[in-house]
Amino acid sequence: MAINTDKNSYTVIFAAVMVVIVGTVLAFLASSLSDKIKENERLEKQQNILYAMGINENEGEGSVSFIPTDKVAGEFTKYIKAQLIIEGDKITKDDQAYLIDLKKQATAAKNGETRKLPLFVGNKDGADFYIIPMRGKGLWDAIWGFVALDDDMVVQGVYFDHAAETPGLGANIKQRYFMDDFTGESILSGTQYEGIAVAKGNNDPLNEIKDDNEVDALAGATITGNGVSDMIRESVNLYKDYLETIRVK
Amino acid sequence: MALLSKKDANLILDPLADNNPITIQVLGICSALAITAELKASVVMAISVLFVLGIGNVVISLMRNIIPSKIRIIVQLIVVATLVIIVDQVLKAFAYELSKTLSVFVGLIITNCIIMGRFEAFALANGPWKSFLDGIGNSLGYGVILIIVGFFRELLGSGTLFGYPVLGNPITKTGLYATGYENNGFMIIPPAALIVVGIIIWIQRSRNKALIEDN
Repeated sequence: MAINTDKNSYTVIFAAVMVVIVGTVLAFLASSLSDKIKENERLEKQQNILYAMGINENEGEGSVSFIPTDKVAGEFTKYIKAQLIIEGDKITKDDQAYLIDLKKQATAAKNGETRKLPLFVGNKDGADFYIIPMRGKGLWDAIWGFVALDDDMVVQGVYFDHAAETPGLGANIKQRYFMDDFTGESILSGTQYEGIAVAKGNNDPLNEIKDDNEVDALAGATITGNGVSDMIRESVNLYKDYLETIRVK
Repeated sequence: MALLSKKDANLILDPLADNNPITIQVLGICSALAITAELKASVVMAISVLFVLGIGNVVISLMRNIIPSKIRIIVQLIVVATLVIIVDQVLKAFAYELSKTLSVFVGLIITNCIIMGRFEAFALANGPWKSFLDGIGNSLGYGVILIIVGFFRELLGSGTLFGYPVLGNPITKTGLYATGYENNGFMIIPPAALIVVGIIIWIQRSRNKALIEDN
């Protein structure tokens, strides 16, 4: 017997059955894969933090290469000497600080709660690195990153990433040629925490001028570039009280 | 014996040229504009659509006799969204790096007109095998145009292919840049894709007059 698919009752039952089936399949998939996905995200955060302080497998001027996932936990313990949580005037050590969700903390701050600010202190070849995690807005979705500073507030390396910036345009914030430009720039202008602006037409395409608080912009990605500038300036300002305590006078 | 009958082979071959989803059916233009500034993105998008459209067409075809016509668009949307989420989650768990490359395309796959267009125009009226071939053919036809557009936009806009510099270094003025050549910044913004697609359509129609509509 042929089914009358035009009946309202059939349509309602079909929709209900389909929702249940699809919901069950997706819920089962999400719950069975969530541990593995969380583990991947955890390792990625460690890779990103290490990348910002120059612990990576980059060769030449090519693409971005992280420490392999099987080695990253060991390297993270070796190079990251302390993970701090800054909560107002209170500073505590916590070896899970890298798992703090910056988005949730920003929401908490909007609701009047004290924001937890994670900060990572690394040491490589006898030099200290202060790695600030940051999160901001790009053109389409969130952008985030890590900026590694020395105790003179000069950038030693950065790592940027994005959720959905346009491939070939805004997505290029995670390209080597863009990220490498930040190294050597100071986040200070005099005694002010200026951050680093992504500037259009600054006549310094090789980025040889390191005291202008500017790097060369990405063509066709003005809004993403502005997002990166805002993200750095706002994040650095959140940490400036702590940074003042470590800054070489 | 040939692997595919002539009719089946045409399901794959027609969309590559004379029934191309982008240049003839004028579907999937949005993603052709959005992501073709670099060749790698074009290839990744083409493979993603190949997978989703191939399987999606089969699923819709298998369900074609039981889908209520009143909610068929919603059902098609649920099928494609489910497939995309499954692929995304599995990649996040087992091929994390690849999933990060693909993440930006996930939304674009769901909204890609080719997927809904082929579900509606073909899978709802044909068997699973034919629908599978139609899905493969149309996504290959889509992919070919994406790759052609991506090739010209990346080459002329950035002087690179798959991210590797092929014309020299524009900053230190080596290679072709030493002769005064400059990258064309217009090529990396979306309107340039429309122009490249327009040129492809122009070439295609001037070679095959049967494709030109009567006034």
